[in-house]
Amino acid sequence: MIKTGKLTPYLYLLPMILLLVFGFGYPLVAIFNFSLRRIRGASGPFIGLENYRQIFKDDVFRQAVSHNVVLLLAVPIMIMISILIAVVLFEQIRGWRFYRSILFVPYILAIPVIGVVFSNILQLNGMLNETLRAWGLGKLALDWIGNPNLTLWSVMAVIIWREVGFGIVLFLARLLSINEELIDAGKVDGANWWQRLWFVIIPQLRTVIEFYGVVSVITMLAWIFSYIYTISRGGPGNATVVMELYVYNFAFRNQLPGIASAVAVILFLVTLVLIIPIIRVRSTNVAEEMI
Amino acid sequence: MNQAPPSEMPASSAGYKPRRPLGRSLAAFTKHAFLILATLLVIVPLYFVVITSLKSMENYSLDKFGFPNPIYMGNFLTALRGGRYFDWFKNSIILTLGSVLVSAVVSSMGAFAFARLKFRFRDTLLAAVTALMIVPPVVMLVPLFLLLSQLNMTSTYWGAILVYAALITPFSVYLLTNFFLTIPFEIVESALLDGATSFDILVKILLPLAAPAIVTMVVVNMLWVWNDLLIALVLLPQDNTRTLMVGVTIFGSRYNRDVPIAMAGMLMASIPMILAYLIGQRYFIQGLVAGAVKG
Repeated sequence: MIKTGKLTPYLYLLPMILLLVFGFGYPLVAIFNFSLRRIRGASGPFIGLENYRQIFKDDVFRQAVSHNVVLLLAVPIMIMISILIAVVLFEQIRGWRFYRSILFVPYILAIPVIGVVFSNILQLNGMLNETLRAWGLGKLALDWIGNPNLTLWSVMAVIIWREVGFGIVLFLARLLSINEELIDAGKVDGANWWQRLWFVIIPQLRTVIEFYGVVSVITMLAWIFSYIYTISRGGPGNATVVMELYVYNFAFRNQLPGIASAVAVILFLVTLVLIIPIIRVRSTNVAEEMI
Repeated sequence: MNQAPPSEMPASSAGYKPRRPLGRSLAAFTKHAFLILATLLVIVPLYFVVITSLKSMENYSLDKFGFPNPIYMGNFLTALRGGRYFDWFKNSIILTLGSVLVSAVVSSMGAFAFARLKFRFRDTLLAAVTALMIVPPVVMLVPLFLLLSQLNMTSTYWGAILVYAALITPFSVYLLTNFFLTIPFEIVESALLDGATSFDILVKILLPLAAPAIVTMVVVNMLWVWNDLLIALVLLPQDNTRTLMVGVTIFGSRYNRDVPIAMAGMLMASIPMILAYLIGQRYFIQGLVAGAVKG
């Protein structure tokens, strides 16, 4: 530690603290306050838990929650796909760097761009269906983003398409950092590929799986606005409304920031619960924390 | 993380072709097939964007999958007329550079205090800042919008720059703190003996040594701000400060029947990021991994 005057550390921290109070501190306090008021303009009368009662009565909110929950199904799928790809790449397949570069590209592209592109590809007469028809698979040419029963699944597929790239890179980085002897030991023991994957590799990836899992769960609950907004705007009907879109619509379309804040509070509390495992993982390996 | 994985071939088999057991080559074949399938799933949509942007509307409606015949460049001109791409680019660049810079200055000071100075509640404060990394922006959006409206700062660069800078700061602080901790204290100590102040140590010693971490931080943060839609949609509603992502979204729905024009627009919007990725791929991958693996 560097010895300094008593106040010096706080001078270094001050700009950061001011910025974080502006960007996080004030808003996080304000949503609790707003959620208990009928906000018109910048403030309004205290109405207790009325906003929350409204939300839980609202069928659209319940649909939104159920859509977010359905999207959570993507998390185990993403974990499985990215581990499989990362492990295969790690086994020094020829050209693994090339594959990694390509497979990471979707993660670099902007979500609004991806949303617009896929909403065109998935149209009734878009590229996907035209291709299926050309191959004589016309029966599979469904209305991917026009049929309310399908749209959420189509959005999920697009999310998986992009987010898997991040998982692959994470798992591959972790694999490259583990001791090779450990993996080779499995080979000597005569374990087959799946046994090695399950008993040797996956336990080594545990912390990364936990991290990627939690980040993905939070993404599915509260970080997918750009996909929904550009692919389906919550439609058809309310078939793809999610909590974020609900917040957006109530705050900026219906001009009811109180209701929107109540949903924000719920989202905040959910993420708070989810943060705990990450902090726990972090504090267990502080000693190795390096870049 | 950039070293090649170890070679599997034992030395004895290096010089001549060993006869592989059938099971093993079948396994290798399966793995390759799996990878090629995954790669195709990534490439086909991108292929679609590129070929479609080069087709006339007529060509597109007749043939959606084949190569453009003939190659038609008009979509790009129409796209440039139909959308204010240059303004959107300019706005996105200003916001991205501004917020990344503000956050970099503020975070390096904060991270310095966390890593090298002693004060009360240090660990608690660091844990709290780190935890903020994961709070989704939608949670803060309503109060931030109302606050900026009251200050007449919606649709201003400064309002949005401060919001973005705040939202990316937890990650920046986390990354820099960890990096500063890896720099041997002896280096700092010898500078102290030479009479350096704490500010000298930060600016002249730690920051130059932290260059790789700073590059990583800048790349991740730029990607974050550049690609954001929600905040830009809410805080920058007016034409004159509209960002590329909001522009692209509006453009996409305006031309949703003229798919070739829409795709030309999407391609133009993606070129800067793709170029950046091609040039600095290492930093992209390192940066996005830095927050997770071994930390």
